[in-house]
Amino acid sequence: MQNVKVITGTSAAAEAAKLADVDVIAAYPITPQTTSVEKLADFVANGELNAEYIKVESEHSAISACVGASATGARTFTATSSQGLALMHEILFAAAGMRMPIVMMNANRALSAPINIWNDQQDSISQRDTGWIQLYAENNQETLDLIIQAFKIAENENVLLPIMVNLDGFILTHTVEPVEIPEKEKVLNFVGQYEPKHAYLRPEKPMTQGALGDPEWYMETRYDVQQAQDNALKVIEEVHDKFAEKFGRAYGNGLIETYNTEKAETVLITMGSLCGTIKDVIDELKAEGKEYGLLKIISYRPLPTEQIKEALKGTKNIAILDKDISLGLNKGALFTDVAPFLEAKTANYIVGLGGRDIKKAHIKEIIEHVEKEAKDTETKWIGLKE
Amino acid sequence: MARQFPREELFAPGHRGCAGCGAAIVARLALKAAGKNTIVANATGCLEVMTTPYPETAWRVPWMHVAFENAAAVASGIEAAVKSLKRKRGLYEGEKVNVIAFGGDGGTADIGFQALSGAMERGHDMVYIMYDNEAYMNTGVQRSGSTPFMASTTTSPAGSVIRGENRPKKNMPMIMAAHGIPYVATASISYPEDFMNKVKKACEIDGPAFIQILQPCTTGWGYPASKTVELGRLAVKAGIWPLYEIENGEYRVTYKPSKRISIEEYLKTQKRYRHLTEEDVEEMQQLIDHKCQEMGI
Repeated sequence: MQNVKVITGTSAAAEAAKLADVDVIAAYPITPQTTSVEKLADFVANGELNAEYIKVESEHSAISACVGASATGARTFTATSSQGLALMHEILFAAAGMRMPIVMMNANRALSAPINIWNDQQDSISQRDTGWIQLYAENNQETLDLIIQAFKIAENENVLLPIMVNLDGFILTHTVEPVEIPEKEKVLNFVGQYEPKHAYLRPEKPMTQGALGDPEWYMETRYDVQQAQDNALKVIEEVHDKFAEKFGRAYGNGLIETYNTEKAETVLITMGSLCGTIKDVIDELKAEGKEYGLLKIISYRPLPTEQIKEALKGTKNIAILDKDISLGLNKGALFTDVAPFLEAKTANYIVGLGGRDIKKAHIKEIIEHVEKEAKDTETKWIGLKE
Repeated sequence: MARQFPREELFAPGHRGCAGCGAAIVARLALKAAGKNTIVANATGCLEVMTTPYPETAWRVPWMHVAFENAAAVASGIEAAVKSLKRKRGLYEGEKVNVIAFGGDGGTADIGFQALSGAMERGHDMVYIMYDNEAYMNTGVQRSGSTPFMASTTTSPAGSVIRGENRPKKNMPMIMAAHGIPYVATASISYPEDFMNKVKKACEIDGPAFIQILQPCTTGWGYPASKTVELGRLAVKAGIWPLYEIENGEYRVTYKPSKRISIEEYLKTQKRYRHLTEEDVEEMQQLIDHKCQEMGI
């Protein structure tokens, strides 16, 4: 029996954590994430979710408590956004280095100054090198589906890394959409129980976690995280395929999703909710007989470079849209990461910073620009005031 | 009394602490009192660095370090996870699991203060042990909020104009007591029975407990390695480090020196006070007399 609820992205995230039967939640409120941890607090208060809910005094303590809980062997969830994610930064490295399979929802939001609560992806992009797996959702259903998959990916023995599932602030967090909520038993059966073999704090088997790693040892631990990221490429695909089989919803190959790329000479690359707008534009232009494609990045870390390369063989023009900016280089992160191995004219478009609207007309402007005017590796800011 | 100490060593010899390290004594005594059904969260600092150079460890209980300022938050997570897994999956059956967090004075009174305050206020069932050597010893003796008045450190040096640390020591036990937690105590490594009794009591009490233990540091204070225990005793006898506990709001002195020694006898043993003039010592004596009178010592 299908159970469809019309809910926001933050509710979808909370529902997913509940379905995965998390043991410990540590959370601090921040806009636009707050409604997610409010919902989880309700679940716990009403006995719908049997979990410890730690009402921490900051995001730094939220993620610290999650590391402690995860190291004890508990399935652990938290949610944050923007400044809160930045406050967690230091401990994000520790969580990945200590191989804690924490799942976190991040509501993508701009960073101060000036203070701005609206959407861009600078917050999660700034955590790029912490060792966390980063997945980006296009809509609320995908948010729920990715968080369920995230537990299974994170807890896989060949991965054991924390995962950040990103959804665009307000655009998804505060917009209601129909979301199919799977049965809890079916989800639990899919995710399984977390049984750590590498890290658990239990008196019957004393274990030292988070030791001092001198130059003799540190580099190997970083290499191990890199290998786990490499392994995750395969695991993400496998988990996605199993999920698709069991729940009937598929998203490309789990790492990337292509939309009309086979016929198109010009392809746009981006991630998150913007993909929905772009798909609409592609459909409109198709009706006029013009073929354009989209390559949606679901897994930004690990970045499936081979798959991207393969999917864009023969493409002539590529527009990479970034909702973030590496200041001083004047390039977005996705462009910096992807462009070097693409054999096409590739231009970068900085869009939607701090919640600036990205209209269909902007997408059409980008398509026209990359086809006609753009020089290879050029950066253009879209929607900027004169 | 001493023969009643458990023989079992849960803090192993062979760690990398300095000769005469007081922090090692803190950990060893605390674990003897708590027993093996204990999980430790440790802040970054001397204790963490000297006990866990991978692939070695001095800890015979489950132990975890994450960062400098978050031992109390990490312990919150551990405590919550133990509770959750006990309830949902029947793990950690049998004896009560003690969750103990260790932090130095910097990791506790300064950078870790927020996490500590949060953990205490939320009422987690944990024991937070602040091992107080009165400066940032791990980075090379810089002042902390717990550095005493007129002590010389590398960031509060005694010069021709400034006489060492210009601010009094932050009163952590009273700040913790103001959180309304069920147990707060001070201790000294030189009074092991007193300390171990306090750790035991703190473990047994349901809810958060805070113990601040003075731990002389040979490197930071400047004295011979053989004198650690002696200095800890002098601090208590001079009244600069009173031993007391606050149990459910009831304040009680746990050790009262029969006759207080002069503060000079304590100060003259350490290089960090060698710049003090007779007037300085007299000023400090007056401050301590006043404080001891207030505290009933």
